[in-house]
Amino acid sequence: MVAASTLKTFSVTLRVWRQAGPAATGAFVDYPAKDISPDMSFLEMLDVVNDELTAKGIEPIAFAHDCREGICGTCSCTINGKPHGPGKGIATCQTYMRSFNDGDTIVVEPFRARAFPVVKDLVTDRAAFDKIQQSGGFITARAGSAPDANALPIPKGDADLAMDAAQCIGCGACVAACKNASAMLFVSAKVGHLGLLPQGQAERDRRVLAMVNTMDTLGFGSCTNQYECSAACPKLISHDFIARMNRDYLTASLRSAFKPAPANTGGGAA
Amino acid sequence: MATLDSKIPSGPLAEKWRKHKTEIKLVNPANKRKYEVIVVGAGLAGSSAASSLADLGYKVKCFVFHDSPRRAHSIAAQGGINAAKNYQNDGDSVHRLFYDTLKGGDYRAREANVHRLAEVSVNIIDQCVAQGVPFAREYGGLLANRSFGGAQVSRTFYARGQTGQQLLLGAYSALSRMVGAGAVDLHTNSEMLDLVVVGGQAKGVIIRNLVTGEITRHSADAVILATGGYGNVFNLSTYARGSNATAIWRAYKRGACMANPCYTQIHPTCIPVSGDYQSKLTLMSESLRNDGRIWAPKKAGDTRAPAAIPESERDYYLERLYPSFGNLAPRDIASRAAKRVCDEGRGVGSTGLGVYLDFADAIKRLGEPAVRERYGNLFDIYHEITAESAYKAPMRIYPAVHYTMGGLWVDYNLMSNIPGLFVLGEANFSDHGANRLGASALMQGLADGYFVIPYTIGDYLAGQKPGSRPAAEAPEFQQAEANVRGQTTRFLATKGKQPVSHFHKKLGKIMWDRCGMARTKAGLEAALQEIPALREEFNASVNVPGSADTLNQSLEQAGRVADFLDLGELMCRDALTREESCGGHFREEHQYPDGECKRDDEKFGHVAAWEYQGEGKTPVRNTEALNYEFTKMSVRNYK
Ligand SMILES: Cc1cc2nc3c(=O)[nH]c(=O)nc-3n(C[C@H](O)[C@H](O)[C@H](O)COP(=O)(O)OP(=O)(O)OC[C@H]3O[C@@H](n4cnc5c(N)ncnc54)[C@H](O)[C@@H]3O)c2cc1C
Ligand code: SF4
Ligand code: FES
Repeated sequence: MVAASTLKTFSVTLRVWRQAGPAATGAFVDYPAKDISPDMSFLEMLDVVNDELTAKGIEPIAFAHDCREGICGTCSCTINGKPHGPGKGIATCQTYMRSFNDGDTIVVEPFRARAFPVVKDLVTDRAAFDKIQQSGGFITARAGSAPDANALPIPKGDADLAMDAAQCIGCGACVAACKNASAMLFVSAKVGHLGLLPQGQAERDRRVLAMVNTMDTLGFGSCTNQYECSAACPKLISHDFIARMNRDYLTASLRSAFKPAPANTGGGAA
Repeated sequence: MATLDSKIPSGPLAEKWRKHKTEIKLVNPANKRKYEVIVVGAGLAGSSAASSLADLGYKVKCFVFHDSPRRAHSIAAQGGINAAKNYQNDGDSVHRLFYDTLKGGDYRAREANVHRLAEVSVNIIDQCVAQGVPFAREYGGLLANRSFGGAQVSRTFYARGQTGQQLLLGAYSALSRMVGAGAVDLHTNSEMLDLVVVGGQAKGVIIRNLVTGEITRHSADAVILATGGYGNVFNLSTYARGSNATAIWRAYKRGACMANPCYTQIHPTCIPVSGDYQSKLTLMSESLRNDGRIWAPKKAGDTRAPAAIPESERDYYLERLYPSFGNLAPRDIASRAAKRVCDEGRGVGSTGLGVYLDFADAIKRLGEPAVRERYGNLFDIYHEITAESAYKAPMRIYPAVHYTMGGLWVDYNLMSNIPGLFVLGEANFSDHGANRLGASALMQGLADGYFVIPYTIGDYLAGQKPGSRPAAEAPEFQQAEANVRGQTTRFLATKGKQPVSHFHKKLGKIMWDRCGMARTKAGLEAALQEIPALREEFNASVNVPGSADTLNQSLEQAGRVADFLDLGELMCRDALTREESCGGHFREEHQYPDGECKRDDEKFGHVAAWEYQGEGKTPVRNTEALNYEFTKMSVRNYK
């Protein structure tokens, strides 16, 4: 962590990626951010800068955000080269200005990855994650047909480990941090979460095959075990889940080699 | 005047829902695919509804303004979800959950709705576990529970401090499955800006694509709004920044009645405001009150560090005032108590607007690791925001806007007074009366989506001829589209001096001061002058830069704040008219000597449902009497 600021308020220079639209060419532009309180969040600082830009007749910087408490996965800035900024285990919106110092130049860019095209300025299109989920990231359970919840005890250790994986907020920092722009951490978190639970066994093979294959077709790179992903992950999802998924994938591939199963069947009323 | 027929089924309370399900009309399976249903919103209520309806065979189109359904504000719910499972064998039952919720709502909800909610609560947990929601478990492998405010049993299921996230991801996975199967046509980055009413029935929506600016018309056999709450009227709240009232407000302007808009919930345990740049307030989950003790110095103006204040000079005021519920008194009561303490000059922190939530005893009793296991992520959030450790010193907390009990009026089938328009989740007014108990919004959202709407929508659709939905070229669609385009053009053309945020902040301050934790006739009357004046200023001098055909966040915000200005005014009007105190609605003129809410069941034992009359005209206040057949409306007592 960067040393906490001691000044009451301070000033920094923002070097921000501005890009008018998906097809436009972007460039860095510098803006001053003055009289910043160390207790402001990074996004609140952007709010203040944006109001100033608006007053000057300059279009404000588009940036993605919503919950502003680290859970929705919307915010997605790369700050000084790090997806989500300097703090460990937090999202952009949980970054506070006390992590910076008077006079700093702060470089702010969108998450960069081939599968996440820039929409405008700092906003990217992460729909690829939804497509991966739609291909198999679920347990089929029609409303009304579930057995009693306690009919199936689950060892606490398994449930806790599943929860560790399930905490993924779908932000894409893992992809942005990876030099290959691989989505393995994100996919393995979902595969791990559902695969660890007894309810998830019936579709386990189909799920891992479908999700990994979809990931591959969407332009994400492959994993070369550098683990930049888990270091940038705001939920500190462990790369152990990647190893676990690789095993699952192998087993499922072998099994399906003998008994081919359709990979992408949603079920229901299509 | 709108007719408000609640359509509550006859018969004994515990039989109503079962009986109703057997009596309402069904759509046969072969016909279901001939009906198209629009679902706006994919939070807990919207995704559970969209996936369940698609699973039944309806054609579903789902719109969300977010870039993914998984980002809906439901994701942020921390503490838990109630269900009458009685897994703890501590005396819980459907009836007790029903009673606690009704009483928690200060007897301003419908008995039949609340009972149904309690009944289906048990199915929700089953459903979520089947989907793979990793609820907390005991060592034996069974599900764990915790306690929440307003209840004396342990019936809250949770997934660490991220229950909403896990429930939403469960519903999102169900929705994703149906999208993958081609049964739901999902549109992200798509904001509904108008409702289309044809022949008195809801038959479509107008959507603006937030990325391309494209405006499109969509026709359907029925429209479901599951668009969440409107607490951002106050600007500062625990809501996500994007949460807004636009969908329900535009439906209101098309004739849907807005019920009890003044019922807002102020949550007692949030991180206090630190400066005027502040964009949101962060909740510290109510579950913390299981182990944390709330206190303030006995002496006004005591600026000593908390550790320097001896036990004898601390006032554990909730334990003192409400010995049987103690720190788990319901939210409205706990919030007002904190406000009073601060009004007496006993508040803590640099602003004096704060009280302590202290874990020292819990850490002594359970040890730090156990406390970390239960609340670690909340303590981390607290630390990130304040740079203070709650393991070492008590948290500072203050009440903040958190939930809106009011919403569009719906009948027992969750249909509004516009036939074909259904409203689910926080967007409707149905189940929480004047105050919502903790862990019951998640329950309601999923109840509505998984277990109520799949039945009740059939009752309406069975009366619609398959294939009879209007064409999107119908004049009503053209008119609605022109309306949307007109507004967009106006905002961009104003080219005033002030950013949208300026007006939102000002409105928020008016609402918090005049229509917040304590309300008075004089204050509300003043607000009814101030808000229209602010609206005029907004119309004359808002500055919305950029264009309409790209991502333009200022433009999005302008539309939302315009709606908040209108809705804020209606909330104040509703609060002024309701000459009583109940739940979250506290009128200083109406209180008992000990400061508790003084209801007037005779005059106000009803739902107020406001009906739009046109721009600048005073809306009509319709009422639906609350007929309590099985419970006695009594004075809430948590002492
Ligand atoms: C911080 C916090 C913690 C909470 N904790 C708890 C808890 O522990 N237990 C509990 O029971 N409750 C809790 N609540 C309350 C609960 O989370 C919400 O009431 C509930 O999740 C609302 O769900 P919903 O589906 O109605 O709406 P939301 O989840 O808000 O979803 C709204 C959806 O509508 C869409 N939408 C909105 N407007 C439009 C439009 N015009 N066009 C297109 N799409 C639109 C959005 O994109 C989104 O998909 C908490 C609330 C907060 C703020
Ligand atoms: S694994 Fe971590 S970094 Fe990747 S999407 Fe999930 S939360 Fe974000
Ligand atoms: S804005 Fe929701 S995670 Fe940052």
